[in-house]
Amino acid sequence: MSAERSAVAAVLEPEPLLNNNPSLAAITNVVCRPVELPVQKTPIGWILSFVVALGLLGLYGATLTFLVTTGIGVWGNNNPVYWAWDITNFVWWIGIGHAGTLISAILFLFRQKWRTAINRFAEAMTVFAVLCALQFPLFHTGRPWLAAYWLLPLPNQMSMWPNFRSPLMWDVFAVSTYGLVSVLFWYVGLIPDLATLRDRATNRTRAILYGIFAMGWRGSNRHWQHYERAYLILAGISTPLVLSVHSVVSFDFATSVLPGWHATIFPPYFVAGAVFSGFGLVMTLMVLARELYGLKDLVTMRVLENMNKIMLVTGTMVGYAYGMEFFMAWYGGNPYERFTFINRAMGPYAWAYWTMISCNVISPQLFWFRSIRRSVPLMFIISIFVNIGMWFERFVIIATSLHRDFTPAAWGYFRPTWIDVSMYLGTFGLFFTLFLLFLRFVPMIAISEIKGVSPAADPHAHDTSHGKEAH
Amino acid sequence: MSQKSSVALEDNVFGVVAEYKSPGALLEAVKAVRQAGFTAIDTYTPFPIHGMDKAMGLRPTILPYMVLCGGLTGVGCAILLQWWMNGFDYPFIIGGKPIISYQAYVPIGFELMVLLSALTTVFGLFALCRLPQPYHPLFTHERFARFSDDGFFLAIEAKDPNFSEARAREALAAAGGTEIAVVRDIVET
Repeated sequence: MSAERSAVAAVLEPEPLLNNNPSLAAITNVVCRPVELPVQKTPIGWILSFVVALGLLGLYGATLTFLVTTGIGVWGNNNPVYWAWDITNFVWWIGIGHAGTLISAILFLFRQKWRTAINRFAEAMTVFAVLCALQFPLFHTGRPWLAAYWLLPLPNQMSMWPNFRSPLMWDVFAVSTYGLVSVLFWYVGLIPDLATLRDRATNRTRAILYGIFAMGWRGSNRHWQHYERAYLILAGISTPLVLSVHSVVSFDFATSVLPGWHATIFPPYFVAGAVFSGFGLVMTLMVLARELYGLKDLVTMRVLENMNKIMLVTGTMVGYAYGMEFFMAWYGGNPYERFTFINRAMGPYAWAYWTMISCNVISPQLFWFRSIRRSVPLMFIISIFVNIGMWFERFVIIATSLHRDFTPAAWGYFRPTWIDVSMYLGTFGLFFTLFLLFLRFVPMIAISEIKGVSPAADPHAHDTSHGKEAH
Repeated sequence: MSQKSSVALEDNVFGVVAEYKSPGALLEAVKAVRQAGFTAIDTYTPFPIHGMDKAMGLRPTILPYMVLCGGLTGVGCAILLQWWMNGFDYPFIIGGKPIISYQAYVPIGFELMVLLSALTTVFGLFALCRLPQPYHPLFTHERFARFSDDGFFLAIEAKDPNFSEARAREALAAAGGTEIAVVRDIVET
């Protein structure tokens, strides 16, 4: 190979998945370090964040106590805006979860090896986000201890059964299946890493606790054989699952006869938005964790850049859906649809609409520039915009369609109460408490998976006789 | 008493274990050891090694068939559940739709198919791997903990018909193994 050709090849060669070619032992050490720190060496940043998170969790507990003892009339929901922050927050949190499954399942099926740097992190986020999402349907029943009786088909003294023709019933099954499957997927991925922590444990308590959860994993190839197939099957069934969950969430709106909701574009539009918002939050959290825990060799710039590209694609799809909604409102010729969309952009909620457009449509377009895709501060800021924008998307869809009812006499305007605000903040407390505990006690990067994509894992790596030409 | 326990230990050899320096070396060693006539072998590695199933001559896992059964059970139960509840036990008309609106059964049919498939996958995996298994003779081998870090182990088990300590040691050493050790099962005496 001539020098010129190898120079060209070097340019075309993709960036390595891991920087500085870390050894297998180095990967174990760098990922296990934050989990194995003695209590007195817990980073001050973690302690401060945990105090704030616990404070918000306390606020959440107080809010829920007030909410449950007083009734959900303390929310700002009114006639005609019967659905407001409760369902906005539900859809926002559940959408955030979708990035985790996209990264762990869909990117796995597409053999995107860079996903190994972020999949554990994103899966944890999924599990906690789904838990936060479930709070809203649970507490909107007013008597959450009876929620199972209302939401699930349980035998009762009235011999009544729920209506399975209702998308709200589908939603119960979709979201609870999604939550359970996410937990299972996460746990299966964790088993080999929990065995690593068990084997490295320096005291008996740790060895026993991690040992229980590792279940006696010993890396046997007779186990890996089943394990790899199980992982593939879970990825295969999670892929249609994740697409179905947000489609079913969108049916809650799309099967109604309300202008602005009754649209066939809703399922794909909601799924794209969910992935977009989920990547936004993964990016926000990952940028921070990568700085705090020194994971730059494992979570490389290539990974961050790829995530930004996905945000650019899904953000553009969301922007296309916004445009298409307007086009259909005009082309469909339905005066109520037309009124709803003109009112959405220029009516009392125009401020929310244009916040949404700036955050979701304009800000990700900056990722066309390579320098912005690779700038950590800018991608952090844009990811925050995405989080805000996607919350406003759900709020705009819900509030604008409801506040102008078919009869002008029933028109109204929604304003949140402090209970709405503190309940939303409270779910952040729940999310971050769990997430910080995850960072402290569970390896935040999938150790066995990232080792599997490192150069040292290639079974032909030691064989220099045919070298690179063999591949 | 001491004589009894030492006899028990002799009888309870689990196998001979050796270490290899890389996934590639382990793959070659597995081929060599099988060539030498051993079949009850297993490798212990921090991550699955590409091509190892073939090198060890493992039959494909039956897990997918178990999952297929789980998935079909899920979708079947979901359709029956919805038909029986809304179409038979407590029929009511809402939105002018027929009593048995089977089109509406699709989303829950799909979700329960996924749910039962996932549960079958995970619990089937545990069953096929015989997990949880808190004790295994290899856990008594001090160096074995490195399997979850950067150790690549190969064990020839005593249940192999060709097994003898000397022959197993020889085969593992010939394949480039180091730190060769005999692992014994703990016996209560």
